[in-house]
Parts: sequence; C-alpha cells; structure tokens
Amino acid sequence: MTRNIRMTRYIRHAACFCALLLVALLVNATRIQVIQARSYDDNPANRRTAIARYGQPRGDILVGDSSVTGSKDTDGRLRYERTYPKGPLYAPVTGFASQIYGTTFLEHTEDDILSGTDPMLSAFPLWNDLTRRQNPGGNVVTTINRAAQRAAYEGLAGRKGAVAAVEPSTGRILALVTSPSYDPQVLSGNDAAVERNWARLNADPDKPMLNRAVRQTYPPGSTFKVVTLAAALDAGVVTDVDKATDSPDPYTLPGTTTSLTNEATGCEDAPIRAAFMWSCNTVFARLGVRVGVSDMATTAARFGFNDTGLGIPYSVAESTFDVSVDKAQLALSSIGQYNTRATPLQMAMVSAAVANGGQIRSPYLVERTTRSGGATVSTAGSRPVRQAMHPATAVRLKELMEEVVTEGTGTNAAIPGATVGGKTGTAQHGVDNSGTPYAWFISWAQGERDLEPKVAVAVVVEDAEADRGEISGGGDAAPIARAVMEAVLTD
Amino acid sequence: MTKAGTTVVRADPPAPAVRLPRRRGVELALIVVAVLLSVYGYCAVGLARHGTVPPGAAGYGAGLGVLALVAHLAVRYRAPYADPLLLPIGVLLNGLGLVLIYRLDLETPGDRAAPTQLVWSTVGVALFIVTALFLRDFRVLQRYAYVCVAAALALLVLPIAFPAVNGARIWIRIAGFSIQPGEFAKVLLAVFFAAYLAANRNALAYAGRRIWRLQLPTGRVLGPIVAIWLLSVVVLVLERDLGTSLLFFGLFVVLLYVATGRTGWIAVGLLLASLGAVAVGWLEPHVHSRVQDWLHPFATIEAGQGPNQLSQSLFAFAAGGTMGTGLGLGHSILIGFAAKSDFILATAGEELGLAGLSAIFLLYGLLVERGYRAGLSLRDPFGRLLAVGLASIVALQVFVIAGGVTGLIPLTGMAMPFLAQGGSSVVTNWAIVALLIRVSDSARSQYDGEVAA
Repeated sequence: MTRNIRMTRYIRHAACFCALLLVALLVNATRIQVIQARSYDDNPANRRTAIARYGQPRGDILVGDSSVTGSKDTDGRLRYERTYPKGPLYAPVTGFASQIYGTTFLEHTEDDILSGTDPMLSAFPLWNDLTRRQNPGGNVVTTINRAAQRAAYEGLAGRKGAVAAVEPSTGRILALVTSPSYDPQVLSGNDAAVERNWARLNADPDKPMLNRAVRQTYPPGSTFKVVTLAAALDAGVVTDVDKATDSPDPYTLPGTTTSLTNEATGCEDAPIRAAFMWSCNTVFARLGVRVGVSDMATTAARFGFNDTGLGIPYSVAESTFDVSVDKAQLALSSIGQYNTRATPLQMAMVSAAVANGGQIRSPYLVERTTRSGGATVSTAGSRPVRQAMHPATAVRLKELMEEVVTEGTGTNAAIPGATVGGKTGTAQHGVDNSGTPYAWFISWAQGERDLEPKVAVAVVVEDAEADRGEISGGGDAAPIARAVMEAVLTD
Repeated sequence: MTKAGTTVVRADPPAPAVRLPRRRGVELALIVVAVLLSVYGYCAVGLARHGTVPPGAAGYGAGLGVLALVAHLAVRYRAPYADPLLLPIGVLLNGLGLVLIYRLDLETPGDRAAPTQLVWSTVGVALFIVTALFLRDFRVLQRYAYVCVAAALALLVLPIAFPAVNGARIWIRIAGFSIQPGEFAKVLLAVFFAAYLAANRNALAYAGRRIWRLQLPTGRVLGPIVAIWLLSVVVLVLERDLGTSLLFFGLFVVLLYVATGRTGWIAVGLLLASLGAVAVGWLEPHVHSRVQDWLHPFATIEAGQGPNQLSQSLFAFAAGGTMGTGLGLGHSILIGFAAKSDFILATAGEELGLAGLSAIFLLYGLLVERGYRAGLSLRDPFGRLLAVGLASIVALQVFVIAGGVTGLIPLTGMAMPFLAQGGSSVVTNWAIVALLIRVSDSARSQYDGEVAA
C-alpha cells in the first residue's frame, strides 16, 4: 500500500511536469503571437504585407473622368497586377507599380491612397483595425488634359525630348510627356520576364524610363533670356525696350578674349525689342553682366531656379543658375549656357509667370483623391503663389513674347484667333559644344474668349535630325508647342 | 462488470461499494458538439474562400458523425465506465485536423491530402473500435511485453531497408501509402516499459549497490530496459528521426521516475542525455543546423536567402495575433514543404489566433490530464504506468513539435497528434485513446469510493 501511495505522489509530480510544459507552450505562443507579433509582421521577408497589398485591385489614376490604369487578376499568390492601357503616353505621370521593383512617380507618392492603406479612406476611424479588413484602393484624379498630353506625345513622335504644360493661373499641370517612353506594364508582375524587361530598360542608351520633363535638366539656351530680361526690367537696368543698346557684335566676354557671336544679323546696338525677337546673344549676354550676379540670381530664384524642394507631388530635379561666377561666366549664364540648367517643367513655369502677371503658382499633378466609390478624400486646393517679377515687367515681357510669334523666330507657334507668346532657344552642349544642339520653345496662349492665358508650354527636342544650322527652337519645338496649346484652347 | 475470458490473475478488488455514473450521455453530447464544430470549420473555410458552403460539407459531417457514433456505441457497450472526455477530444482534434488539411489542400490543388487523411482516420477509428470490442482487459497486454518490444524494434529497424525520404529513413511505402512504423512503436514501447517497470520496480528501487548517495539498481534488472532504450535511440539516430528519439527518452525517464521515484536516476539520465545532445549537436550537421536555426531563425533572411521554414512558421503565428485571420484566410502555405504535417500548428495559429491555439493546447492538456487521472485512480501498477506512459507520449509529442514550430526549442520533425497529416500517426493516436478508454473504464468500474492508494 505504501508503495502505491508513493507512486500516486510520483504520478502527481509527473503531471505537474506536463502542466509546466503546457504553461511553457502557452507563454511562448503569447510571446510570438502577441508580444513580438509586430516585429515579425514588419519583417521585410514576410510576404504577407505584399500578399495583402496585391490581394485587391489597386486604385486607378484618372485623366479627366477616365482611367489610365487598370488591374489584372492573375490568380497568382500576388493576385492583382497593374495594367496601363496607354502605358507609354502616361508613363511620366503614372510611373510604374511593380511587384518586384516598387513604385515611382504618382504610383509612389499616392501609394497609400491607391493601395487602400491611407487611413483617410476608412469610413470610421479604427474600424478596419477592428474588422481586420482593408479598404478598397482609392482613385487619384490628375490635372492632365487628355488632348494636350496626346498632342505633345504625337508631336515628339519618338524623338528624344520632353514637353511640360501648365495652366498659368492655377499651376495645374496639363501635359507631361517624355520621349522615348516605355510601357510600365512590362514591370508590373513578378516573373522572370519582368526582370528581363527591367534589365533591358535600364540598359537602353535612350533611357526610356527617364522622366525628361521633370527629372532631366538641359541648358535652356535663349529661352532663358526671358529671365534675364525680367531681371533687367525689375532692376531698372532696362527702362525703354525700344532704345538702342550699346552692344558690340561680336561681343568679347569680359576679362577674356573669347568673342560671342550671333546667328541672327543686325544685332549690333539692337534695341531690346528686336534683340529679343531675333534672339541676339550678344545683347543679352551683355545685359546679364550689366544686371549683375546678385539681381540675376534673385530673379532666377523667384522663377524657381536653385529650388531643391519642388514636388508635384513627386520631386522635380533642381534647375540651376550658378551664383559663383565671374563676368564672362555670368554673360554665358544669362543666355542659358554655362552652368544654367532647367527642366522643361521649370521653363514652362517661366512662361506661365509671364502669362500670369508675374505670379508663379506652384505646379501640381493631383487634382483630388477619392474613395473607390467616388467620394472625395482630398482636393489640391489653392496652391502657394510667388511673385516672380513686377506685374509691369510681366506685361512688357508678354508683349515681347507675342512679337516673337507674330514676326520673330517663333512664327511656327502662331494659332489663328488666339494670342500666343513664345521664345525660341537653341542650346549648345557637349564638349566644345559638339553635341547636336537642343531645340527649345517656351510659350503661352490665350483664346479669343478667354480672360487670361490658358496654357503655358515648354518643349525641348534633344536630337532633331536636322542639320546643325537648321535646328532651332522655332523649327522643331514650336510646332509641338502649338499643337499642345491648340489642344488646350479648343478643349 | 465481469471479464469473462480473461485469464489474467488479478487481485480481485472488493465489490464496488458505489456505482459511479457511467456518463455516456455526456460523452454523446460532447461528440455531437465536436462533430458540429468540425463541420462548422469546414463550412467556414468554404465560405471564406468561395463564398459558399463547400459541396462536401454534408458528406464530411455525416462521415465524421457516423465514425464518432460507432466509436461511441462501442464504448457504450464494451467500456461503459470509461472517461467521457477522451473520445470527444479525439473526435474534435481529428475533425479539426481534417479541416486544416482540407483548407491547405485549397492552396495545393495538385496535391490533396484530406481524402487520404479521412481514410486513415477511418482506419484509426476502426482500430479504436476493435480495441474497445476485443481487448476486454488491458492487463492482457502485460503478458505480451516482450512480444511488444520485439515488434517495436522490428518496426523501428524496418524503414532502414527503404530509401530515405527528405533526409530521414522513417517511412516505408506500400501500395502508394506511406507508413511510418516508428509511430506504432511508441505505443508498443510504452506497453513494454510499463510492464517491465511494473514487474521490476521493487528491484529497481531498492536492490543494488549504494555508491555515495546513489542507490544503483542491479545491472540484471536495469540492463534490459536500458539496452532496449539505447537500441531504439541508436536506431532513430541512424534514421535521423530525432524528435522520436527525444520522445522515447522522455517517456523512459518519466516512467522510470513514476515507477521508482528515484530523482537521482532522473538527474543522471538527464545529464547523460544533455551530454549526448550536445555531442550530437556538434557532430551531426543535420542537428547542428537545427540548433543554429533555433538560435537564429532569421539568419537565412540576413544572408539574403529568404526566410527558412521556421521563420515562415513564426511569421504565420504572428500574423494570427490574438483572434486569428479566420479559417481559409491565412497564408501559412508560405511555409512550403511539410505545411500540412509538421507545421500544421502554424495554420491553426494563423487562422484561429492565440485564442484558437490556446484552446487546442488545452484540449491536449485535458487529454493528458484524463490519462493521468485514470492512472491515479487505478490500483494495478501496470495499468498506472501504462496510463501515465500513454498520456506522457501525447504530452511530450505535443511539446516537442509545438515547441519546435513556435521557436521554443530546436525543431525536430514530428506529427502533431491527430492534427497533422500522416496516416500512421493518426492511427497510433486512436490506439492510444482506445487504450486510455480501456484503462479508465477499468479504473472507474473498480472504484470503491476511495482514492486509490
């Protein structure tokens, strides 16, 4: 009997041991499922985040009231893939949404809305935390004008270049085109073909994934003369645009023996009006030197140069105007050469400032964001405004830009029945200026019945096939600008 | 309760003073609940995945219900005093396992395991019924102790002749079915240990020399049992089935302790085992990597090779959180290989959450507790050791595999009792439940109003 009593005690001890094992399991389960759960959930190797992200159709990016994106049900583990019905046309706007390579441009900056993770999409706060459900992806409505975008894309016709168009009075971006472009859909999925496409696109010497309209800077050439003249008028260096200037032709850069010449004739002592119309380098180089680096830099900064913080909402490359220059460098900088560089969007903003009485509205791409049902989540609202130049200066520049189109280098941009102002540019680049010059054209247009200019455009064409002498902003770039402006005015 | 045909000599207990309630109605009610819960889980998977009740729901429920009902009838007529919780727990765990496997089958359309598992469950329940019907008294088994151990060793050695599967030589393939003979060996070894220790426990506890403060049993008594244990462990090491070696060792230690109460022996045994484990951990690359995985589960992620199975399992548990994602809505299939067998608990953890996982642990805990309870209320040493041994098999097995997949201890491949895919395992578990039913029936029918002493 006593042995049996002892055995009962031993059995109880063994049972206690089993109970200890049970407690250990329960405590450990609490540890991994509750206490450390967040760190496991957030581990980058945990695919659940990606599975949830691609488990529902992504919200769409809209141009006007129709979508330029879509979602395809692949029935794979990462279920929905992005589609782009007009991929190359809108690639610089949408960017790509890849299951391997992440997102860019609007797909990136608006990702919270599109993927449905933005808490603003919930009807009630914390509701989704409670139900463990995800909101359907919201939509992003852009400011892009369908007709203008198409006109710009077709105008470039595959040549390397870019177009940016904005609405001067609001800053809405109406067109943003880069060429050559690519179809972002080839990067959407997660199979081997996507990796091949990625490698191919990155290796392409034409850089189709480069967003030339906002991420590439070019020497702006003669289009920068608008900024130089604005600085001169604001600083009082020029008071009468019709008075003959004391400008030699050729002009020897101060402190050097380098002489600057013109492509146009009759630039010697030409008044500002004629010099602007025919794009006299000598006159504007000397004018920049007379204004001085301080006033030039101030005006350039007001137009948006040397600004690293611009986002539309994705970041825009910084356009530069070098402030530590000697007089010879300042002379070249003033005609958009040397270290002066600008994105096409920046030059569209220059043109828009002239058209909008000297005021620059910060450009933006997202008109509003909505829930999947269409209810508005947020709207762009009024954008910050900056006075780039005196209103009187803007009036004077507007008049001069109009003359460029009516009788100067920019007649290709003229639109019957509309007021159009423009400025051509031909930018040298490369070692000893050996590269094919970039053809520039910036302009704005106002329809007969409009109260104010409706559109400002900048066009750059990198590799116009024409001979060097013939390539010019007026020849290659102005017709594209005109097509874009027409599209906006007739819209 | 007469045991006609039983020839085992036994110390006849005094006639029961109090007849305990049989509680078969409770058992039936709990079985109905268990079947309904399983059918509910089956429907929940279908609703979550396709928005409709799966077409096989009625058939599945009817099949499980009929199996459980027949088992219940067998118990009602042949073991009327049996513990009423054992069978419902078995039915619920088996039903839940079928639901989880069916749910994982949806992710692997080319590899369906649920139908096979259902067949094996039927075989298991059939074995349960046969045991309940024909094993009138568990003490018969005591006579076959050496047959059991011979069979166990044969079963352990058998797979060595077959090709290794996934690094372990523990399977044999017959007619398309994979059988893991080691699973059956567990029960046989438990029977042998219980019988041998019951017969020799006095000698083990008292005889032999005394060295310092340790009372050594005579080699003649301890020899056979140590030899058989060592042999089975060596075989398993050769077969690289470390989970089962651990289980055998644990079973051996628990039963030795319960039989003799010699903690000193347990300490020596544990010390030797730890030394052995450390040695094997250093020498055997397979084991070494398991230990490394346990210490650094995310090492493969940091090395840029992606998450290994253990980290995927941890991710699954973490994704479940407190309440779980709901059946059919988790992604535990990311674990890949063995998601339906060794890692089945991760699916339960992800889709049922900590709440469901704790419930499952408590079900196992209850099963083990009922086994120990049967052991406590018996007078016969063999029956006590057998009940404790069988319950300990379940407890140790749950701890080894659940602790492994949750990162508590190094991972060793083993089947979660009743839940995991694997025919041999589910049949063995039904055999364990059958024996516990038989033992508990004896315990409660002999109850004389006093706690067994």
